[in-house]
Amino acid sequence: MTDTAPAIQIEHVSKRFGPVVALRDVNLTLSKGEVLGLIGDNGAGKSTLIKIVTGFHQPDEGRILVDGVEVRLRSVSHARSLGIETVYQDLALIPGLSVYHNMFLKRELLLSPLPFLRNGEMKRRARQYLNEMGVAVTSVDTEVAKLSGGQRQAIAIARAVYSRARVLLLDEPLAAMGAREGRLVLDLIHNLKQRREVSIIMIAHNYAQVLEVADRINLLRHGTISLDKRASETSLEELTDVMVEEYRRSHAASG
Amino acid sequence: MSRVASAFVQVRWASILVVAVALGAYFAFTSPAFLTSSNLLTIAGFLCATAIVASGEVMLMICGEIDLSPGMVFALAPFVMYFVYNDVGLPLWIGIIAGLLVSAAVGLVNGLVTVVLRVPSFVTTLGMSFLLAGLSLTFLGFPVPTPQEGTRFADVMGHSQVAELIWALGVVAVAQIGLSYTRWGLYTISTGGNLLGAAEAGVSVARIKVANFMMCSILGGLAGTLEAFRISSIDATAGGYDKMFQAVSAAVIGGTALAGGSGTVIGALIGAIVLSVLSDGFTLQGIEAKTFNVILGGAILVAMIVNVTLQRRRQQGAL
Repeated sequence: MTDTAPAIQIEHVSKRFGPVVALRDVNLTLSKGEVLGLIGDNGAGKSTLIKIVTGFHQPDEGRILVDGVEVRLRSVSHARSLGIETVYQDLALIPGLSVYHNMFLKRELLLSPLPFLRNGEMKRRARQYLNEMGVAVTSVDTEVAKLSGGQRQAIAIARAVYSRARVLLLDEPLAAMGAREGRLVLDLIHNLKQRREVSIIMIAHNYAQVLEVADRINLLRHGTISLDKRASETSLEELTDVMVEEYRRSHAASG
Repeated sequence: MSRVASAFVQVRWASILVVAVALGAYFAFTSPAFLTSSNLLTIAGFLCATAIVASGEVMLMICGEIDLSPGMVFALAPFVMYFVYNDVGLPLWIGIIAGLLVSAAVGLVNGLVTVVLRVPSFVTTLGMSFLLAGLSLTFLGFPVPTPQEGTRFADVMGHSQVAELIWALGVVAVAQIGLSYTRWGLYTISTGGNLLGAAEAGVSVARIKVANFMMCSILGGLAGTLEAFRISSIDATAGGYDKMFQAVSAAVIGGTALAGGSGTVIGALIGAIVLSVLSDGFTLQGIEAKTFNVILGGAILVAMIVNVTLQRRRQQGAL
């Protein structure tokens, strides 16, 4: 393992489901501390790619390197043990528990040797961490059920990073969110980028938001990466043009 | 609203406490006998067993399941105790523990059938109820007196009404502390609140559920044992569906969600107080047995509507 090796390298990965080719010779590199925006039409293979990195699917061909070392990701928990974590918007948090209990779930601080929870200390640390991350919640005592969608997503992401995740996979982190709610999540991703403790692959449909927060954009088309550019070297117009052209071509082919 | 008052309404069981106090005040004003010490002991007697069974039921309901069979274990545990003491000839305390172990075994079966074979707990425990009720009536025979009557031990085990009340309050306190201040409680709430998310985070949801089934059953057996000592009689028809329904009602009135994920044991205790005060108060007012259930049912509905309305308004931030 070296410090300069990319966090994730995907080399010549292919995946078929019966007769359907979901991914075809995909190459993708996620550098340390980088935010990679993954865009593409529905059915282009974004979710399959994410599920391969998260250990849910195994590739038919090709290899995956984590920190420069080739690994066979056997399962989601295996990937997680390597610090690769997926954040789902609604799956991650427990609605009936407070923000700080959610942050510490399965990593509770105990008043050893007694089996009691150190609620005060957990509260203090959760508050401090969320403040550092710029995640605004009224109080860490608040039940998650009472939070907005954006706050929940931000806390789910903060929790994953707090649990020492080194690679975060965000599947549509801004879906079904208004501008103000999305702002909360985008600001958090900005903060994480500055701290460079975590590398992020994020799937999104809103190109303006992806361009704002990502270092690099990869466009997935028909199961293969067809565009790989730094966010500063592309524009909303270019991405839109590429997608519109893509849409026309596929409709001409099928029609 | 003052800060103290607004902190108070934030507490989950606050609204049902208001209902309980209002009911108590009503009966205290309308029936002079209500506040006498002998009547308060009668209320406590009714209350204890319900509160103990409800404590187990709350934990189980929070983790997303329900047990319809604790009323049957209620009858079974003291018989096991009697058998071990009287027929096997072992000390009484071993008999009591044996009764609780049999209760735990019933809970284990309930839990495994529900979790491993994926039968809904409503069905699992309904089947278990009929099974146990049938077995009890077939094999247990006539009521027998509880052993060692008049001894200090029998008094501590519930023959003294004060002792039974202390048991009930102790069980409620331990369960509430477990729920609020231990991993056990966090994992129970997580399991019921978001089963997939809890499992994803690494909570052993199956183990949490099975353990809560066992706990609920053990508390059913404990309540039955205490109750047998209180009335000095072991009876196969004790407990039953009545006791189970009272416990589940107390839990729901006290704010435990039937769908799981939230609830408090203290709320269930106050729910049990409401039920006890209602039935005692109406008895004092000389309500006829026939109309009694009509009034009790209506009162439960009204208490629930008030409670749920207050809770919703609290969630909307109106209070």
